[in-house]
Amino acid sequence: MIGVIDYGGGNLASVGHALDRLGVEWALVRRARDLDRVQSVVFPGVGSAGAAMSRLRAAGLDVALAGYLRSGRPYLGICLGLQLLFEESSEDGSPCLGVLAGRVVRLVTPEKVPHVGWNTIEVAAAGGALEGLAGEAFYFTHSYVVQPVSPQVVAARTIHGLPFVSAVAAGPILGVQFHPERSGGAGLRLLAIFSASNPRALADAG
Amino acid sequence: MLAKRILPCLDVAAGRVVKGRRFQSLRDQGDPVLLARRYADEGADELVFLDIEASLQGRGTMVDLVSRVARELFIPLTVGGGIRSESDIRLLLRAGADKVAIQSAAVGDPELVQLAATSFGSQCVVVAIDARRHQQGWEVFTHGARRPTGLDAVSWAHEVERRGAGELLVTSIDQDGVRGGYDVELTRAISDTVQIPVIASGGAGTPDDLLEVLTVGHADAALAASIFHSGDWTVAAVKERLHAQGVAVRL
Repeated sequence: MIGVIDYGGGNLASVGHALDRLGVEWALVRRARDLDRVQSVVFPGVGSAGAAMSRLRAAGLDVALAGYLRSGRPYLGICLGLQLLFEESSEDGSPCLGVLAGRVVRLVTPEKVPHVGWNTIEVAAAGGALEGLAGEAFYFTHSYVVQPVSPQVVAARTIHGLPFVSAVAAGPILGVQFHPERSGGAGLRLLAIFSASNPRALADAG
Repeated sequence: MLAKRILPCLDVAAGRVVKGRRFQSLRDQGDPVLLARRYADEGADELVFLDIEASLQGRGTMVDLVSRVARELFIPLTVGGGIRSESDIRLLLRAGADKVAIQSAAVGDPELVQLAATSFGSQCVVVAIDARRHQQGWEVFTHGARRPTGLDAVSWAHEVERRGAGELLVTSIDQDGVRGGYDVELTRAISDTVQIPVIASGGAGTPDDLLEVLTVGHADAALAASIFHSGDWTVAAVKERLHAQGVAVRL
């Protein structure tokens, strides 16, 4: 069973539809104890880090998620679900979950911001899970990007005027700046790879 | 490199796709779900649904339609037409829309743009601007191009960007449904004024029209309806033509 984090702010419909399409069983995670029932977690988020963190705190999910992330179980963070892995967001000075060292900063580019639309990924050293998706285009919509301290967690880069980190990976933790649930066939493939990294989900999918 | 986007647009009334000329004389173009599926298969980068009746009854139909399309197609969906409040926006996002296009209500109540950006994030707030060419510049019209506002389109674009719009959908009323080319000057004037992406709309008749607005017009995306509904061009064929002429598109 995949748990989809529902902190009351994200657009969950499309992630749910995509998991349905893949035949994967999933359930919403709204409280800390919901995390006990799931084998892996997808965190789709949009909007500002500060608003999301205060909602997570109100539900007791901030501490529970940080604990989950250190438990060695699979995690896929999408957009804000990637950014919250780091220590702090400069968007509103909000502290984040702090599982990975680094910050979330405004995208610096001579091109337009927000970065909206389809762009390709260049898979980096840590991008094992993304192998086979190199060169594929995914749908992005964001103004902030992650800046990891360690280059060893960089799983992919994307160029929007200048290169930025578009995916990170650290053990069972994967975070992507783009939206696989809105990225057509390539996005569904990524979600299928993530679901398959969880043996129980594969068994559930039959 | 970020690809230029091609967005088929489905104007919906009473659950059917329709298309007019200069916002008048609507003609039936088919079933929205079937058309949406066809365009997604052909490589559309996003789909735009505009509820052109924007009645209470139409709203229910639109929510149902968005929900059906979102279950099946995994590309971004933008929905517009008659969006007046935060609760309208929430309803459509919950149904599976990724973005909403706010038009008349943004003029009537500019704070709605801020409210929407704060509550749901700028990434889902598209402000639609319908503009008509004057001797100098362009004027914003609302209510299906019937009501002049006295607002200069370029200044208005700047204003809604400041209030948190994530993208602009700029439609030339003069060119809508005429298939004689986009208003390239309008698109460029706005795109060069704002930092946010601009979707050009109104006037696509041939792939060269899209080429011109995406290059000379500095548009980030091109929306088109009649050229695709008519069957004269598929989305794939248009994108291949653009690619051949050096425009970065997702193939």
